[in-house]
Amino acid sequence: MEHGAVTKDFIGLTFNLSNVLMITVSSVIVFLIAVLATRSMSMRPGGMQNFLEWVVDFVKGIIGSTMDWHTGGRFLALGLTLIMYIFVANMLGLPFAVVVDHNLWWKSPTADPTITLTLAVMVVALSHYYGVRMKGFKEYGAEFFKPMKFLFPLKIIEEFANTLTLGLRLYGNIFAGEMLLALLAGLGTSGIFQGVFALLPMMVWQGFSIFVGAIQAFIFTMLTMVYLAHKVSHDH
Amino acid sequence: MQSLILGAAAGGINTGDIAFQLVSFIILLVLLRKYAWGPLMGIMKERQSHINSEIDAAEQSRQEAKTYLETQVEELKKAREEAKAIIDNAKKQGEAQGEAIIKASRDEAERVKEAALAEIESEKEKAVATLRQEVAALSVKIASKVIAKELDESSQEKLINEYLQEVGESR
Repeated sequence: MEHGAVTKDFIGLTFNLSNVLMITVSSVIVFLIAVLATRSMSMRPGGMQNFLEWVVDFVKGIIGSTMDWHTGGRFLALGLTLIMYIFVANMLGLPFAVVVDHNLWWKSPTADPTITLTLAVMVVALSHYYGVRMKGFKEYGAEFFKPMKFLFPLKIIEEFANTLTLGLRLYGNIFAGEMLLALLAGLGTSGIFQGVFALLPMMVWQGFSIFVGAIQAFIFTMLTMVYLAHKVSHDH
Repeated sequence: MQSLILGAAAGGINTGDIAFQLVSFIILLVLLRKYAWGPLMGIMKERQSHINSEIDAAEQSRQEAKTYLETQVEELKKAREEAKAIIDNAKKQGEAQGEAIIKASRDEAERVKEAALAEIESEKEKAVATLRQEVAALSVKIASKVIAKELDESSQEKLINEYLQEVGESR
């Protein structure tokens, strides 16, 4: 079960080549889906355009449930990209995993805490950036002392807790899913009887993982919008 | 297992992964915003405004249709009233004309009857006058015939004498 990863040092940074590959694959798939779906657009949508418009409406709903559209409209592209990227990334590890020389190459990029925490930090950093930009530094800073001044340390902890939970929730769900899939696959390949025995739970778990992957993409986007709304809205 | 959970096989943090994830996500965001979300939003907005204008147009034509219908009903009512007035007029006129014709013919008949009666009267008078003349002439003739037959020489003489005497006495 223990798979290693090929790492390479380049300009002072350590790259996990598997992650680099899977991030690139996810990004390319998302880009292709989105661009191919919007190549031939018409006033009467059909096929892929219809699907993408449904996604847009879905993300609009997420944003609309956390803040008013006037402030939330600018986050639509971010939300759309996030939900599609995370969903595709979650799905990539489900059908198979590729292991070369005990090194795991094909997996979900979101099954790595480095990746999910990077996304989480990016989101929280964005929320702070928009908080300062849209409310001014004074009002943004005053938020940390509300409703009471002595809660300031808790507010600081909250920011880090938010970041950690946002990233680790996604990582944990996807990593656990892939782990169990790997275990079932290992069981299935150890013999004919075990193969037959493992087939049903394998299918069930894959179906469940698709569900979990979709839900986690939704939750990540939802929480992103909640954190952003918390920082940019004036009514707190 | 431990190394997997930490996500770094060689120990430490995969700083390169962080950078690569960040950069690739930002690139993806920018590319998608330019090539996918922008046009998609454009067409969705366009459709929205199209639907809006269509609804407005439908509402307007409905209003127009309503106005037209109202005018049409009004016009129909007016036309019906006019037709009724024309028919009534015609009926009245017809009645009056009929009456006038009847009266004229009655007068004419009266006049013709009057004329006929007057002619009958004059014809009758003419006939009576002629008859009277005829009778007078006839009676003179008869008288003269009777006289001529009765008057002989002696009585003629006597008669002449009587006349002469009468004439002489009157002088």
